[in-house]
Amino acid sequence: MVVQILRRALIFVVSALVASAAVFGLLAVLPGDPAQVALGVSATPELLAKTRQEFGIDRPLATQYFEWIGGIFSGDFGNSYVTREPIGPQLIDRLGVTMWLVGAGMLVALLIALPAGVFAAVRHRRASGSVISGLSQLGVAVPGFVAAIILVQIFAVDLRWLPAGGWTPPIIDPLDFLSGLILPALSLGLVQGAVLTRYVRSSVIDVLREDYLRTARAKGLTPYRALLRHGLRNASVPVVTVLGLQLATLLIGAVVIERVFVIPGLGSMLLDAVSNRDLLTVQGIVLVLVLAVLLVNFVVDVLYTVLNPRLRQAS
Amino acid sequence: MRRSSSPSLWVGLGLVGLVVVMALMSFLWTPHDPTLVDAAQRLRGPGTDYLFGTDKFGRDLFSQVMVGARTTLFVGVVAVGVAALIGTPLGVFAAMAPKWLGELVMRVNDLVLAFPALLLAIVLGAVFGADTLTAMIAIGVASVPSFARIARSATLGVMSTEYVLAARSAGRTKTAIAVRHVLPNIAGLVIVQSSVSFAIAVLSEAALSFLGFGTRPPTPSWGRMLQESQELLAVEPRLALVPGVAIALAVLGFNLLGDGLRDRYDPRLEVRG
Repeated sequence: MVVQILRRALIFVVSALVASAAVFGLLAVLPGDPAQVALGVSATPELLAKTRQEFGIDRPLATQYFEWIGGIFSGDFGNSYVTREPIGPQLIDRLGVTMWLVGAGMLVALLIALPAGVFAAVRHRRASGSVISGLSQLGVAVPGFVAAIILVQIFAVDLRWLPAGGWTPPIIDPLDFLSGLILPALSLGLVQGAVLTRYVRSSVIDVLREDYLRTARAKGLTPYRALLRHGLRNASVPVVTVLGLQLATLLIGAVVIERVFVIPGLGSMLLDAVSNRDLLTVQGIVLVLVLAVLLVNFVVDVLYTVLNPRLRQAS
Repeated sequence: MRRSSSPSLWVGLGLVGLVVVMALMSFLWTPHDPTLVDAAQRLRGPGTDYLFGTDKFGRDLFSQVMVGARTTLFVGVVAVGVAALIGTPLGVFAAMAPKWLGELVMRVNDLVLAFPALLLAIVLGAVFGADTLTAMIAIGVASVPSFARIARSATLGVMSTEYVLAARSAGRTKTAIAVRHVLPNIAGLVIVQSSVSFAIAVLSEAALSFLGFGTRPPTPSWGRMLQESQELLAVEPRLALVPGVAIALAVLGFNLLGDGLRDRYDPRLEVRG
């Protein structure tokens, strides 16, 4: 098992390095001169040359790449071409906001999917089970931002229970923070909850067919008790895998949701940087998002190896 | 033995058919010009003249939904086409190539998986300018890995069958085996994946247009209709509801179609059933 985990770790490190080169390369071909964008059309050639030197874009691409990636190891993402401020601290701040959103979205998804999925599985031959399955199929089809617009209409515009957007950090006012988090978290979590319900349902149905569960039922346990005692741990292996992959989906989904609710997270920072053509900031954010996806995949692989007894024995 | 068709297949076919018919019909006829700005008709409610009413510019919503279906299908067909045409041969190659080369191809494939469609489209939009073409390519490239994975695992299954062993011992080349035996046998799974990927493409295009990284005005697009509806949400929720329902029904249709086709083609389900 240790060898397998080490192998996965090596793949993760190599993938991360290749991904960073890809992100850098993709944005290096951007037409236009960042110095020109920063200074405007009236800049003198001398000033342009000086700014290019300041940005470090007058050097060979390979040097630029190694300096960029070297800086990132010490948390230095360089300075924005537009505001001239360091990118790193702002990026970490914004990532924190996005993580609140993703965490709350995941919580909503789990709170929906676990009971609904188990219920739909236990009753999969009855009408009530089919209703849950149908609803989850419908939920999968509704994009997060459509759910967001509907939720805003109901809870912010009509009922006026919750704010339609904005963000209050938890240390400033915990109550405002929570009330501002509810709608974005629901928008993210409802759709992911629907996706997860389908996986929970199918993996619980698989477990229900196992002989040991039939034996437990034959001993007189109710379907739910039998599942709780003997089935849930086995059903959790595929669900954990999907859950990990969904984290990545939530992270990217947050980009759109942040725009709907005007939340200052990583997604809004990315969209603003793109519209200001702030290349270095775009580069840093994209790298952080891609690394997050790779990291989640790595952790899922490791968890899968640890949780699955068959893989554990094989090594 | 052929299994009977599931209800998912028929409901999915019905919904997808509806989108296709609307899109095709929009080439010949729409109730009004979907891009015609008419201040006198702005924000009219649904009625006989305007089935779903008009938007803040007086444009007919139903006509926009019809032409928007065309945009959605166009993006889906090109994106899924790109993904299937690159991903399927790549997966077959990875399965039939020497082990180290196949492994390398799949590692690169997994790396592409770390660039979700939305992120890739935003980056490509920043580099080359955001429009429908960039969105289609980004969604297509981001969908390549899922086709490659499916094709590889299905090919590995086909390669261990007796008829492939017979073809190999008869001296057939790998290319001939891939074309004559592998591709026809994995086609069903590729079709299932196409339907699932189509649903994802519809969602991605809508999200990108919503963010301003997809179809440009004045071409109607469901995602942009939603974006434009936001400022009037408090007074006219209908403006968001119409494109929202259109997106949801199209995605539901392709997902159900994928489920129905899987029931029919997926050999793993056959073993279980």
